[in-house]
Amino acid sequence: MNDEAMMIGRPINRVDGPLKVTGRATYAYEHWDVGQPLYGFIVGATIGRGRIVRIDASHAERSPGVRMVMTHGNAPAQGAIDPSVPSQYSRAYPVLAGPEVHHYGEPVALVVAATYEQARAAAPLVDVEYAVEPGRFDLAAHRDEVYAPEVINAGLPTDTSVGDFDAAFGSAEVKVDQRYTTPYGFSQPMEPHTCLVVPRGEDLVVYVSTQIVAEARTAIASTLRVDAERIRIVSPYVGGGFGSKLGVHAETILAALAARALNQPVKIAMTRQQVFQLVGLRPMSSQRVRLGAGRDGRLVAIGHDVVMYTSPRWEYAEQSAASTRALYAAPDRRTTHRLVPLDLPRGEDVRAPGDAPGLLAFESAIDELADALRMDPIELRIRNEPTLDPERGVPFSDRRLVECLREGARRFGWERRPTRPGSLRDGRWLVGYGVAAAMRMQFQMTSRARVGIAPDGVAVVQADMTDIGTGTYTIVTQVAADALGLPIDRVRVELGSSDFPAGAGSGGSWGASNTCTAVHRACEALREKLLASVQSDARSPLHGLDLRRAQLSGGRVTIDGASEALAEIVARNHPGGLAAEGEVPAMWEDPNYKAYSLHTYGAQFAEVGVDVDTAEIRLRRMLGVFAAGRFLNAKTARSQLIGGMTWGASMALLEEGVVDTRSGAFVYRDLAGYLVPVHADIPEIDAVLLDGFDDKANVLGAKGIGELGNCGANAAVANAVFNAVGVRVRDFPITLEKVLPGLPSVESRPSRSKTRARA
Amino acid sequence: MRPFTYERAADPKAAIAAASRPGAKFIAGGTNLLDLMKLEIERPTHLVDISRLPLKDIEDLPDGGLRIGAQALNSDVAADRRVRTRFPVVAQALLAGASAQLRNKASTGGNLMQRTRCPYFYDTAAACNKRQPGSGCAAIDGFNRIHAILGASDACIATNPSDMAVAMTAVEAQIELLGPDQLTRRVAIGDFYRLPGDTPHIETELRPGEMITAVTLPPPPPGRQVYRKVRDRASYEFALVSVAAIVSTDRRTVTGARVALGGVAHKPWRSLEAEAALAGRPATMATFSADADAAVAGARGRGHNDFKIELARRTLRRTLAHAALGE
Repeated sequence: MNDEAMMIGRPINRVDGPLKVTGRATYAYEHWDVGQPLYGFIVGATIGRGRIVRIDASHAERSPGVRMVMTHGNAPAQGAIDPSVPSQYSRAYPVLAGPEVHHYGEPVALVVAATYEQARAAAPLVDVEYAVEPGRFDLAAHRDEVYAPEVINAGLPTDTSVGDFDAAFGSAEVKVDQRYTTPYGFSQPMEPHTCLVVPRGEDLVVYVSTQIVAEARTAIASTLRVDAERIRIVSPYVGGGFGSKLGVHAETILAALAARALNQPVKIAMTRQQVFQLVGLRPMSSQRVRLGAGRDGRLVAIGHDVVMYTSPRWEYAEQSAASTRALYAAPDRRTTHRLVPLDLPRGEDVRAPGDAPGLLAFESAIDELADALRMDPIELRIRNEPTLDPERGVPFSDRRLVECLREGARRFGWERRPTRPGSLRDGRWLVGYGVAAAMRMQFQMTSRARVGIAPDGVAVVQADMTDIGTGTYTIVTQVAADALGLPIDRVRVELGSSDFPAGAGSGGSWGASNTCTAVHRACEALREKLLASVQSDARSPLHGLDLRRAQLSGGRVTIDGASEALAEIVARNHPGGLAAEGEVPAMWEDPNYKAYSLHTYGAQFAEVGVDVDTAEIRLRRMLGVFAAGRFLNAKTARSQLIGGMTWGASMALLEEGVVDTRSGAFVYRDLAGYLVPVHADIPEIDAVLLDGFDDKANVLGAKGIGELGNCGANAAVANAVFNAVGVRVRDFPITLEKVLPGLPSVESRPSRSKTRARA
Repeated sequence: MRPFTYERAADPKAAIAAASRPGAKFIAGGTNLLDLMKLEIERPTHLVDISRLPLKDIEDLPDGGLRIGAQALNSDVAADRRVRTRFPVVAQALLAGASAQLRNKASTGGNLMQRTRCPYFYDTAAACNKRQPGSGCAAIDGFNRIHAILGASDACIATNPSDMAVAMTAVEAQIELLGPDQLTRRVAIGDFYRLPGDTPHIETELRPGEMITAVTLPPPPPGRQVYRKVRDRASYEFALVSVAAIVSTDRRTVTGARVALGGVAHKPWRSLEAEAALAGRPATMATFSADADAAVAGARGRGHNDFKIELARRTLRRTLAHAALGE
């Protein structure tokens, strides 16, 4: 097929767009065809640590419409949390399993009633008496309880070391040694965590908002201690996940327990406030970054030591120094990860786990080094570009960081950056430019897909992959259309059901490349079957021709001028349709992932204004240039990257989960107090795609982009703030009170300035 | 949320009568009340919907002032040509508040009655003298970044979240109230709101059963009107600090000033000290700096909100300069 005819890469609109904007895409809470459900409402603990000594549900049970109140006293026995299960998202997730309270907001009861309002009205009537125990809620106060986990997230090593970091850093000509803190962060997808469970005899149909169908199934089965075959997962549409739906949470388990107990459909949606307490969060971190360099800007030593909290019951170590291991060259280097147990909700993957907080600290430190060297920060990065993966010693598959930096600098007008911080004024704004590198490890996980073609010539793709708003339906359609030579309206994609071949879902930025590769392979297998049919079918005009010359396009198979419609081939030879499956292996079974260092790259640029009187920080524009192999759909890719960049600005300036260290509660539990950007915060933003092809990644040459936009965007904004005012804030987010003391005094400043930022 | 009954009042008289029922509460746009009801911070047993009462008009008063019906929507008031020309500080304050969707729903009276955004007020498990008198104040030793620096008490350090009320304080609005006796009385906005003292649960001078029917704005004082709101994000957030300033000058001497601050106290904070310190002084940055110092002279931080003192000072100084000098 020639390039012009290819669907892959085209910025086509989302195939599921019309369904979504007309309200016909059915989310977990909206499957009304199952019959009238009961409604559950979760009652959360109002202490941070302790025990329930008495719980009286009688008042709630007598409340109108209430069908059941479940507490630890009457909840069925459940599977225990098993840390030996490698994937935390497959583990049992017991709820209401005992009187202990492990964190504020933990479920202590479930009220099930005929209507949502009745369940919610009865919830505060559950009378709980606690014995409060002292809890650990403050990372700084419990730092002496630090320990080293055996491995960190994604199975990566806890520590790495190359050469002699201490000696090299000690003797370096120029040094940066700084500590940074990043706050608790929340995913907060637009669709809160919801589940509807329908009992069907001994089986359960679980409509759940999840990112990984297969892991949800395993986790539910392990918790309920039933055979996974008895659980059917349905999750065709998911209103955002950002990591928070990789695993199941209390609403899913409680809906399943209640549905089984009452033998009726039960559904539960978390309130926004509950999502802040019942779903995992990005750990707060304290990061020390040490950089040693020569006066020429060449790094001689890189050290990155991360301390963060973990739930004592459910260890989670975010891989925040992992990107440091492969970003820049330096002969002597060390990274470490340490954990401090705190009595808080468990840490979980939040979009770009590790890389987002890690690059915020590390790329800030690189900016500090550039400032110390009086060197352009882009030049500093280019000067430290490695030729091999600096820790693993293997070649990079497809590394285009320098190209991203140069292209971005050109497009952004980097030459207009003020070389002296705090020197550029535009009216009442101090203006600064910032840059940072983006990098994210490429993952590949076992995934399967099935492609069938019916006698009407319509191909149906099936996989348990989810579309969490990213555009999966669309890119899978494009890949299958190309592989089978069909127009996109002859391809139907069905996702998000455990009836379909299992894969690794949406997460880790692996969903697109995993699933699309599996789909491509399934299409190739289907093509072989179709051609075999032609070969053995004397009625086909293609019979006897050289099948190696077969072309599939326009819904037809063509060989040397002779052609026949796919539909006719199928109808004649396979009246019941024809199907094939494809699979992609996990990265540890793929030799390329051993022999090469596979990453995606980008360069992030930001311009901010800082109000010279109030220190209000406002983003003025943002640009990202990204290289991630082949982009499957230029429109959905750009949308994802812009979304990630927006999150980066948010991390730099706004988002902060604040723990009240007296109670262990998060102080702000809604989106009025936990700030994320509104439209007015994101004025001009663009993502430029440097299209390519990483032949080591997979047959399609495509890599993940779901998190790349988040990576380094925060640091670019932070570095722009420094450039604007000359104040380096290392405790994120950069809110105005941290900048205010460093602003020029109002008394000493001339009242007018003629300087302007841009011509 | 507790179950409640609902009725739509046919006219103001009927509304007043309906509200005499125990547990009754007025509802207009509901943009704050419904959230509070879901969290059981407000627990009315009966709602009297007053949003469709014929109180939406904005009328000219013979003296050059305006009478704004209590049910006039925030978006309509902000867009009114007379408000924009005569009381631009009110229009600016309204547009700085909430979001377009909320302003399309929120009423003038409801805006005046919105409750604090203190997170401990919202957390029914936390101590809060405003929500549960006598239970204590979790904010004083808690996370108090958004809290009051002026006029607070040991019982409460919450702030009033309204922008509109700050501007209305600067223009000396009068609030028109209809009582259970069917009589109308007027209260100056400066007297309408209370400081927390020992009774932070009593926020206004509104008497039981009284309903706000209108806000009257007396003829605007001379001078340029400016509303400046400082916040973490660019929109859809309550003020950390805001300033409503009206400054008149004659040959670079200040001839009159009105100054009110938002986000700093339990009520919109009229700074008579600042106003007095400006009168007759040269319109210079030195004057505005000294004036800003005077305005925050009695301010006290509680830890996380210490920065608000300097922020209020700098914001006031700049806003006065803007109002007086156009810069």
